[in-house]
Amino acid sequence: MKIKESPSRIVFRVINVIIMIVLAFACLAPLLHVFFASISDPILLTQFQGGIVLWPLYDATHHITAKGYTFVLTNPSLIRGYANTFYYVVTGCILSVLLCSLGGYCVSRRNTMWMKYLTLMMTFTMFFGGGMIPTYMVNKYLGIVNTRWVMVLMGLVSVFNIIIVRTAFQAIPASLEESAQLDGAGHMTILFKITFPLAKATIAVITLFYAVGKWNEYLTAAIYLTERKLYPLQLILREILVNDSGQSVFNVEDQASSYSQFKKLLQYSTVIFATLPILCVYPFVQKYFVKGVMIGSIKG
Amino acid sequence: MNKQTIRKDWIHNRSVYLLAIPIFLYFIIWSYLPMVGVVLAFEDYTPRGGFIFSQWVGVQNFTDFFSSYYLWRLLRNTLLLSILNLIINFPAPIILALLLNELQNEVFKKVIQTISYMPFFVSTVVICGIIVDFMGYDGAITKILVKMGLAENKDLLTLKGYFRPVYVLSSTWQGIGYGSIIYLAALSGVDQELYEAARIDGANRWQQTWHVTLPGIAPTVIIMLIMQIGSLLSSSTDKIILLYRTQTYEVADTIGTFVYRRGIQGGEYGYSTAVGLFNSFVNLMLLFTANSLSRKYSETSLF
Repeated sequence: MKIKESPSRIVFRVINVIIMIVLAFACLAPLLHVFFASISDPILLTQFQGGIVLWPLYDATHHITAKGYTFVLTNPSLIRGYANTFYYVVTGCILSVLLCSLGGYCVSRRNTMWMKYLTLMMTFTMFFGGGMIPTYMVNKYLGIVNTRWVMVLMGLVSVFNIIIVRTAFQAIPASLEESAQLDGAGHMTILFKITFPLAKATIAVITLFYAVGKWNEYLTAAIYLTERKLYPLQLILREILVNDSGQSVFNVEDQASSYSQFKKLLQYSTVIFATLPILCVYPFVQKYFVKGVMIGSIKG
Repeated sequence: MNKQTIRKDWIHNRSVYLLAIPIFLYFIIWSYLPMVGVVLAFEDYTPRGGFIFSQWVGVQNFTDFFSSYYLWRLLRNTLLLSILNLIINFPAPIILALLLNELQNEVFKKVIQTISYMPFFVSTVVICGIIVDFMGYDGAITKILVKMGLAENKDLLTLKGYFRPVYVLSSTWQGIGYGSIIYLAALSGVDQELYEAARIDGANRWQQTWHVTLPGIAPTVIIMLIMQIGSLLSSSTDKIILLYRTQTYEVADTIGTFVYRRGIQGGEYGYSTAVGLFNSFVNLMLLFTANSLSRKYSETSLF
């Protein structure tokens, strides 16, 4: 059955499509500008008066350049930042998934006397916490300030994730575990051989949430790290992009005026360098994020 | 609960309890020890004295804060930024979801959705870096505003008038697509037969949206609203730290950034713990108020 559409309905749909296209453009424009500016000629870029650059700027005497990228890709601070971030994300992911599933498994056990108190204890921390300074003091007393440990341990376990895992584990039929128990399987066997594989999708979701969050986060590092060689990528980016102290990151040795001359180019190349990996990955993983939001909302 | 059942439970579930130890310790150390650590708020903390031997000053830190010039400034900025954020960025994803839902070409819809999620994956530092660049001297946005005769060519982030719009609108950019996911899910859950029934009753599109769609997604909207209100007093500290300047502290300094600046950078541990504790308490109150109001008027609640 085809319903005939009124003229006002058609007008609405055309306007709606236009709004959507404008919105998509607004989402993309800043990054398009950054990308095209990063390969433009630096002199033309300074002279450009049109605002957003949506095409690389070059002419007969000024050429498209990859100079920004050569500097960025050979910069030891940025490379080390990348390596550190990689280390924090990978180590954190493994430990986080392990602890969250362990926690989720424990609180999903039926017929235990004390586990409901553990759930209560965890839920309470969602609504009240000691705050930034007392947490800092605890870490200071533990002696992990300014070490790799603090980067891995902070935010490792999230109550939200444990609850998500618990929900997934509770959905698994109890009979499955009971029969495994009759066959003599212990809790570790049940967790890794039965529950874990059956809740694969959920585990993937929390891993991704954690990984993206960790990759992008900088405040923990800003609070706890002063040692430059431990800096994750985001702190190096902060120096280059926000604090305008990129001069110390890039030792442009050719000429004295070089850094200010190439500053924009270097900043834009850095943005692309830091954002590209996640932009390449997100279209493929976004469906897990969509799933994650759904799982979270069921709980709410 | 007698001794025998406790023993029976222990024999049965011993290994579960042993497995729970790491999680239990994690929460004890990084969630509950800091809660004990709020005693700092009542001390004049010195590194030599530590938690135990620092001088006890009672509520001195609180009275200092309440009588200081900062109380009003921080409360005003924190609340204002959150409320502006709530007014603009709470409805924005709902509207986007409603509009997306009206698109009939599935491929086009999918493409727009995917593009709109993209900013969510860009890090705060990069977003703020782009803002700093665009709004700086000779920046892309500055140039456009100059052309329209709305601004002078200088670093706009050092001007007080720009901070709030920049803070709120950059969050819109970042969160509108991602925020719409949950509402799209709610929309797809609305019973199609209700639309059919409404049409038969002669309802036009607006009336269908108003009487079928909106009530259909109302529970989701309310839950999201309660959660937002619960965090009214916690604006994005990480973003503000990157965007504010000494010249804009008057409009941009919030409780979170103040605690960071005074505590972590300035070493005034006792005082900034007191400010942070005050923040947590107000947040808790707001959450409970929002929750009970909602339970009373809409029968939807978080707990």
